[in-house]
Amino acid sequence: MLLTILTILLPFGALLAGWQFDGKSNDNPDGASLAPGLALDLQGGTQVVLEAVTSDGSEITPEAMEEAIGVIRQRVDANGVTEAEIASQGDDQIVVEIPGKVDPATVALISQAAQMKFRPVLTIGSPVATVQPSASPSASGDGADAAAGDDAAADDAAAAEPTKEEIAEQEKAIKAATDPSDLAQITPSVQAAFDALDCTDPKNLQGGGGDNPNLLLVTCDQTGAAKYVLGPVEVDGTDLTSATSGLQPGGNGAVSNVWGVNLDFNGEGTTKFRETTTRLTPLEPPRNQFAIVLDGLVVSAPSSNAAITNGQASISGSFTRDTAATLANQLSFGSLPLTFEVQGQNTISATLGSEQLQRGLFAGLIGLALVVVYSLFQYRTLGLLTVLSLVVAGAMTYVVIALLSWGMGYRLSLPGIAGLIVAIGFTADSFIVYFERIRDELRDGRTLRLAVQRGWLRARRTIYAAKAVNLLSAVILYFMTVGGVRGFAFTLGLTTIIDVMVVIWFTHPVMELLAKVPFFRDGHKASGLSADRLDVAPRYRGAGQFSGPQSAVADAPVADAPDRERELVSAQSVSKAPRVAEDGRRMTIAERRAAERKAAAEAAQNEEKH
Amino acid sequence: MARGGFAQWGNDLYTGRRSYPIIQKRRVWFSIVGLFSVASILVLVFQGLNLGIDFRGGSEFTVSGTSNTDQDLAIDTVAEVVPGHEPHVTQVGPNGVRVQVSQLNNDQTTELQNALGEAYGVEPSEVTANFIGPTWGQSVSMRALWGTVVFVIAAAVFMAIYFRAWRMSVAAIVAMLLDVLVSAGVYALIGWEVTPSTIIGFLTILGFSLYDKMVVFDKVRENSVALTEQTRSTYAERANLAVNQTLVRSINTSVVALLPVAGILFVGGFLLGAGTLKDISLSLFVGIAVGATSSIFLATPLDVALREGEPKIAAHTKKVMDLRAGLVAEGADESMLAAAASGSAQLVPGHHQGHTAQPKRRR
Repeated sequence: MLLTILTILLPFGALLAGWQFDGKSNDNPDGASLAPGLALDLQGGTQVVLEAVTSDGSEITPEAMEEAIGVIRQRVDANGVTEAEIASQGDDQIVVEIPGKVDPATVALISQAAQMKFRPVLTIGSPVATVQPSASPSASGDGADAAAGDDAAADDAAAAEPTKEEIAEQEKAIKAATDPSDLAQITPSVQAAFDALDCTDPKNLQGGGGDNPNLLLVTCDQTGAAKYVLGPVEVDGTDLTSATSGLQPGGNGAVSNVWGVNLDFNGEGTTKFRETTTRLTPLEPPRNQFAIVLDGLVVSAPSSNAAITNGQASISGSFTRDTAATLANQLSFGSLPLTFEVQGQNTISATLGSEQLQRGLFAGLIGLALVVVYSLFQYRTLGLLTVLSLVVAGAMTYVVIALLSWGMGYRLSLPGIAGLIVAIGFTADSFIVYFERIRDELRDGRTLRLAVQRGWLRARRTIYAAKAVNLLSAVILYFMTVGGVRGFAFTLGLTTIIDVMVVIWFTHPVMELLAKVPFFRDGHKASGLSADRLDVAPRYRGAGQFSGPQSAVADAPVADAPDRERELVSAQSVSKAPRVAEDGRRMTIAERRAAERKAAAEAAQNEEKH
Repeated sequence: MARGGFAQWGNDLYTGRRSYPIIQKRRVWFSIVGLFSVASILVLVFQGLNLGIDFRGGSEFTVSGTSNTDQDLAIDTVAEVVPGHEPHVTQVGPNGVRVQVSQLNNDQTTELQNALGEAYGVEPSEVTANFIGPTWGQSVSMRALWGTVVFVIAAAVFMAIYFRAWRMSVAAIVAMLLDVLVSAGVYALIGWEVTPSTIIGFLTILGFSLYDKMVVFDKVRENSVALTEQTRSTYAERANLAVNQTLVRSINTSVVALLPVAGILFVGGFLLGAGTLKDISLSLFVGIAVGATSSIFLATPLDVALREGEPKIAAHTKKVMDLRAGLVAEGADESMLAAAASGSAQLVPGHHQGHTAQPKRRR
């Protein structure tokens, strides 16, 4: 019993604790709040549905989708948008939900393709800007993308488009260079851009594809720990066939305990990579490094220790198991020729959203009120237990949803609210099944206490079986579908579980308690369990005494009393024979049978006459 | 329904004093259902479902907070800004207008957004622009369809195991599918738009329909638990008693389930105008009503029709009928026959409560 109460109260406590210690605020958007988080269709905002498409028809793995989401999140976050929801939907779709209004430039930014390139490193610098960007406005022109994501962060001085002359100058320098690692490629404009670049500024870490592969690239490390000037692209990411993480083999063929990432190139990639590594290996650091650039940012910049001729390289270093796996995932993602297509863009104004929320709640209240009125009409005072159980279920659902929106980032959407309103009916049905079983037992002449006990056993089985089907549908729909259907399935499953919990831990115990209250036990007229309404058979209490409405009748036989008796006769058949003999004595079974037979025969005769 | 009203009626149904021959008249119900199904198929084929923008693809504009909801204004504006597009204008709530056109490019979208804002006298920010690719709704509903197929199979297996009778599970699934068919027919007849929300509504119908059939079938199972150990009544009679006994529950449940949906339908359909709530609630309202009715008039008779083919039950039915014919031949009194036919669930020979008859220690 104590455990029960604890289970019911636990979510409330957890929510209050979360609210107290991890309160939601502007600095802590993921914090707990007493109000559940609302989805876009209720609070207003923009939803962009992107579909990942590979140009060569290769399969998109779940890991690649994770990476794609990571890349998009990086772009959105760096753009200064807070509380954006980015989630995969199905196998190849990504849904980006941004509260408030979004300009087309942001949509263009997030839907850019993420590409991976291998470039030689020319210089590495500390992440902070060595000169103020404002001091050299033209410095940004570097021929390649100064700071990644040039077109989105248009307000950034460093992101200004390079002028044509500067590009021409760049191209000339590259043509003149002996090889892609030649430092002579760094023109003054590139150097200026490099000096101005500040990798501690999140704006410069948002990435973005579209860097020109034939030009130099000035960019940051993904973490903002360093900045680089990189030579023209040497190997394309799509030339990588696979990237796996694992323990590296040691010198004598045994497996060492050093984690690393193994790369596998295709034919073209092998040739190019051989040329690159052959050239890079003898060079001095940092020029012996090549940078793996994903989405315009440097993911990793390993140095080349030996010329790789067979197209099977491995990167080792201070990897842990997790970081190696992360890098391998990023590389596999980058090897896909992945582009994003905007499948749909949906904006809901904040006013429409709040209007829908209000109306939805209003509809729920109307529905609830109607249910309350009906159950009071049907079950009288017992209906109050239905109402109370619904209130408990409602409170639990609310708290769990608030908890989930804190813990899992669940957002309540309009289909979700519809699911909740519909759930009122499902939940109330458990109580109806239970009460009807109790009534059935009472009709069989059991005391309320026993009726509750037996009725519960029978009702429980039905409730479990029926709710299992409901839960089955919710779980399958949740895992197999997407979008609104998913939110709906979630609320349906949640309410089913809560419903069962409330019936077992609240309604049934309270009913057991009520069975001891004289008002219900003795079947008061307004209790909904009155003998009157239920046609309870007289109950033998021992010592020649009967309880129930018949006890009074037994002393003073009245003509219409037998009308109320319980008989095993179908609607179309015989009238009932009295159970009480003419002298007021209760008949024996044999006497009663005889009387019945007589009445039946008479009835049959009557029917023939008509 | 004499003196005690509804409660008294419930008592009579429970005891079998009053009994509706639902199973016995199954041919009638089957023909009615067949009629409805054929009508639904005809409506679906000839009228078709009115697919929403999520399935066709296109651009959608919603003007909110306007005092003027004249629809011609939107049609004129669209004709002016992007000639050649056929706009589809609906009112959303008391002060909103929704305009749907085929897909526009970015410039046209911005232009039309501003023009609509001007025409209705609201800020352009109050005009929201959405664009939906033609595959979006399809991909969502295809996945929903697959989810449904898997769910139906899983539910069928679950029910077959739970009831230990595959015929019962087949009856429930067939009845459920017919429910959805009829609901879809009604939806097509009214001609409201099919949106992803409608799909959600139909999925709920599946869930509710199956749930309701579970409850009714569980009563049938309970009544026929020791069927072959007695010779008083047949499976059909037991099932009929079960249906009659759950009639009160079915009515109460349907009313309680329908009331909140009626609330959404009222609010969504009349106060809010087009939108998620309206789309869901209409399909739900029809579906729940159809589902609850079919549990009684279709699923159980169908189950009986199927299970009477089961060798064990067929043999038992024959045995009971022979015995009864024998009784009639012997000139047994009619009340005994009537009692036999009404077959109350409590008449299970050899059932002893055992230790359950003893007082329980309080936990």
